[in-house]
Amino acid sequence: MSSTDSQTNTSKEDNKESSPKPAAEKPAPPKPAAEKPAPPKPEEALPAFEKELTDRIVNQFADDVEVGYVKENRTRINVKKEKILDVAKFIKDQTPFDHAESVSGVDFPEDKEIEVVYHLGSYTDNRYSKQILALSTRAPREEIPNPGNDSTKLPSLRDVFYSVEFHERECFEMFGVYFDGHPDNRRLLLPEDWADIPPLRKDFRNKGR
Amino acid sequence: MTEQIPTDHTEQLPPGLQLEKVDDRIMTLNVGPQHPGSGHMRIIVKIDGDYIVDADPDPGYVHRGEEKMAEVRNYLLNIPHLERPVIHDSCNILYPYVLGVEDIVGIEVPERAKYVRVIAAELNRCVYIQYWLAIYGIFLGHSTMFMWPAGDRELMIDLLEKMTGARVTHSYFIPGGVRNDIPANFEDVCLRQVNYFEKRIKEYADIFYDNPILKARTEDTGVLSSQDAIRLGTTGSVLRASGIDYDVRVKEPYDVYEELDVHTNVLKDGDSYARSKIPWLDMFESCNIIRQALEKMPKSGSVRTKLRPNPKGVGNNEVYKRVESGRGAAGMHIISNGKPEPYRVKISPGSFRNLIALPYLLKGEKLGNMPAVYWSLNYWPVEADR
Amino acid sequence: MLKELVTPQNANVFVGKLGDILYKAIDKPLGMAINWGRMWSLWPVHIETACCSVEFGAASSPRYDVERFGIIEAFGSLRQCDLVVVQGTITRKMAPRLRLVYDQMPDPKYVIAMGACAITGGLYFDSYNVLPGIDGILPVDVYVPGCPPRPETLIQGCMLLQEKIKRMKAR
Ligand code: SF4
Repeated sequence: MSSTDSQTNTSKEDNKESSPKPAAEKPAPPKPAAEKPAPPKPEEALPAFEKELTDRIVNQFADDVEVGYVKENRTRINVKKEKILDVAKFIKDQTPFDHAESVSGVDFPEDKEIEVVYHLGSYTDNRYSKQILALSTRAPREEIPNPGNDSTKLPSLRDVFYSVEFHERECFEMFGVYFDGHPDNRRLLLPEDWADIPPLRKDFRNKGR
Repeated sequence: MTEQIPTDHTEQLPPGLQLEKVDDRIMTLNVGPQHPGSGHMRIIVKIDGDYIVDADPDPGYVHRGEEKMAEVRNYLLNIPHLERPVIHDSCNILYPYVLGVEDIVGIEVPERAKYVRVIAAELNRCVYIQYWLAIYGIFLGHSTMFMWPAGDRELMIDLLEKMTGARVTHSYFIPGGVRNDIPANFEDVCLRQVNYFEKRIKEYADIFYDNPILKARTEDTGVLSSQDAIRLGTTGSVLRASGIDYDVRVKEPYDVYEELDVHTNVLKDGDSYARSKIPWLDMFESCNIIRQALEKMPKSGSVRTKLRPNPKGVGNNEVYKRVESGRGAAGMHIISNGKPEPYRVKISPGSFRNLIALPYLLKGEKLGNMPAVYWSLNYWPVEADR
Repeated sequence: MLKELVTPQNANVFVGKLGDILYKAIDKPLGMAINWGRMWSLWPVHIETACCSVEFGAASSPRYDVERFGIIEAFGSLRQCDLVVVQGTITRKMAPRLRLVYDQMPDPKYVIAMGACAITGGLYFDSYNVLPGIDGILPVDVYVPGCPPRPETLIQGCMLLQEKIKRMKAR
C-alpha cells in the first residue's frame, strides 16, 4: 500500500522535505503519531483554553500520553493502549467531557497498527460545549485478521462513556478491533454471512478499484 | 427440554449466531424490515404479554459502504454519494464534509455563499422534518397528518428546486461555496412561500399536537431523563426534548450562524410527545432564520471560489467538523494525507447516535407504543447505516 | 339422452370438457375483465430498501397522488399485495429478505425496479455490500430510471406496468 507513505512522520527522512520542525516544540513522539499539527506553531500561538485542558491531562499521565495537536476548539491526545481506560476515566471524572460523539477507526498498514479515535464532547458545561477532544489509541494490526481471536484488541470504553456502545460494535466489524469488556461484540451493519476481511481495512479492495 | 443445547456446536458459531435459551413466557418478534412500523431496519423485540422486556435494533439493511467508497474518490467526486444517506436533508448531511474539505484544501468562502448555504440548509431542514412528520402520522394511523406535511413540503422543495435544479438530491454545496447562484427575484418568492408555509404549519397544532388521541399515545411513553440523554450521547431533538439546551448552530456556530439570531427550543418532559414536538418548533425557527438570512445577505457578489481541478489536501491533516442537521449533530472526521483522495472519512450522523437510546426506551413499554417511540427518536435508517 | 351418456364413471370427464368449452367461450372477455381489475388496483407492498422511498412517499402525497391511477399507498400485509416497488439499493443483507417477501406474495405479482441503484447498482456500483441490480434475484417488469426518479417518473412507470398487464394473458 503506497498510499500511506506520508502517513508516518516519525522518521526523520519523511519530515525533511515537508516542514523543518522547531526542535523545542515538543519531545519526539515515542510512537508514530498519525497526524501532526500543520503548520507547526510555536508554543505561544496555541489557544490558551485548549492548551490548559491538554496540560491537565499531560500533567497527570506524563509519559503515557502525548498531545497530537492543539487547535482552536479541537484537541487531540494520543494514549498508549494500556492506559486508555485510565485516561478515559480521568477525563470523565475530572473534566466536563461526558459523551462520545463518534468513534472512528483508521487503518495504518505501514505502521502495522489500527488507530481508534474517540471524539468526546460535553453537554453539561457551557464553556466546553465547543470543544471536541479526540482521544486516540492504537492496537496492533495483523496481516491476516481473525476478528476477535487475534492480537488486535483494545479495552472497551463502554463502561466509562456509555455512548460508545454501538460505535465500538461498528468498529469491531469494520476493522476487526475487538473491544475487551464490551458486553456484546456482535455484528451491527454488515450482513450476517460476511466472511471476508473487515471491509474498512486498507487491504480490502472494492471491486474494480 | 429447551435447556439442552449442545454446547459443542454453539462454541464454534460466530458471535451473534449462538442458540439461545428459550423462555416459554417470552415471545420474540421480528419487526421489520418489511413492516409498516419499522422503516428500513429490524427491531427484535421480546415481549411478555403486551410488554416489551427487551429490544435489540438490527440496522444495516442499507449499509452501502460509503466510507470505503470515499477513500477511492477525490474530494469533489465524493459529494454526490455522501449526500445520499439523507436525500431529503442532503444539504445538511453534506455540510460538515464541505466545511472539512475547505479546511483541508485551504480555501475561503465568499460571504454571499455562506448566506446562500444557510438558506438552503434551513429550507432543507424543513423538507426533512415535514417528511419525518408525515411518516410519524402514518405510524400513528393518522392519515391526515401524512397528507398535510407531505403536501406542504412541496412548497419548500419547489424553492430548493429553483435554487439547485434538483428535487431532493441537490449536490449544491461544494468546497468553496455553492454550485450556482440563486435565480433572480428568488428572495421575494422565498419570502412569500416561507410566510405561507409558516401559516400552514401553525395549523398542525389543531389536528395533531392538540389531538387528545395523540397525547394519550405519546405522553409519558418512552421517557428519557436528562441524565440519561447525556449518558447515552443522544443528540438533536431527542436531547433538546429532555431539557438540555444544546444546538450546534448556537454552541459552535459555523458559517454565518453567528450573525443570525437562533433560538433553541427546549422541552423538559423527555417523552415521545416532547420529542415529536421539538422538530415542529424547529421549523418555525428555520423560517425565522431564513427571513433573517434573506435580509442580511449581500445582494450581489460571487458565490463560489474556484477550486483547482483535483484539489489535494495540505499535508497530513485531520478535521472533525459538525453541524446541526435535521436529526442532530452530524459530524465528519476527515483525514487527508496530501493525496487527492481522503485517507479516511468517518460519518457520525445523528441517527446513529440516537439509535442507542431505542432499546433503553422500549424496555417496559407496551408493544403498541413501539412505533410512536421509535419514530420519535428522529431516526432515519439510511443515514444510520451509511 | 344426456342421462345415458353420463355415467358416474365418466362424469368427471364430462365436467372437465364442459369446463374447457366454457373457458374457451369466455376466456377473452373474462381475461379482459380480470386484467382490468388487476390494472386498477395495484397494491404495493410496504418494503423500503433505500433512499428512493422518500420519493415513493412523495408520490402518494397530495400533489402527485398515485391513487388516482389505481395504485394504492404502500400497504402493510404482503399477503394482499401484488406489486413490489423496489425502492433503491439492495444490499447483501436486504437481498434474502426481499426475495422472501416476493416469494410470500400471491400470484400474480409484478416488480418495478425504481432508481438507478435497483437497476444496476447506480452510484454504488463499486461498493462491497450492494447488489449490481435486482434482476438477478427478481423478475423485473418495469425499470424506472433516475436517482431518485421524480414522482412523475414513478407514476409513468406504474402506467407502463398497467399497459403491460392489459396485454398480458390472464391466468
Ligand atoms: S437510485 Fe439514488 S436515490 Fe435511489 S436508492 Fe439509489 S442512490 Fe438512493
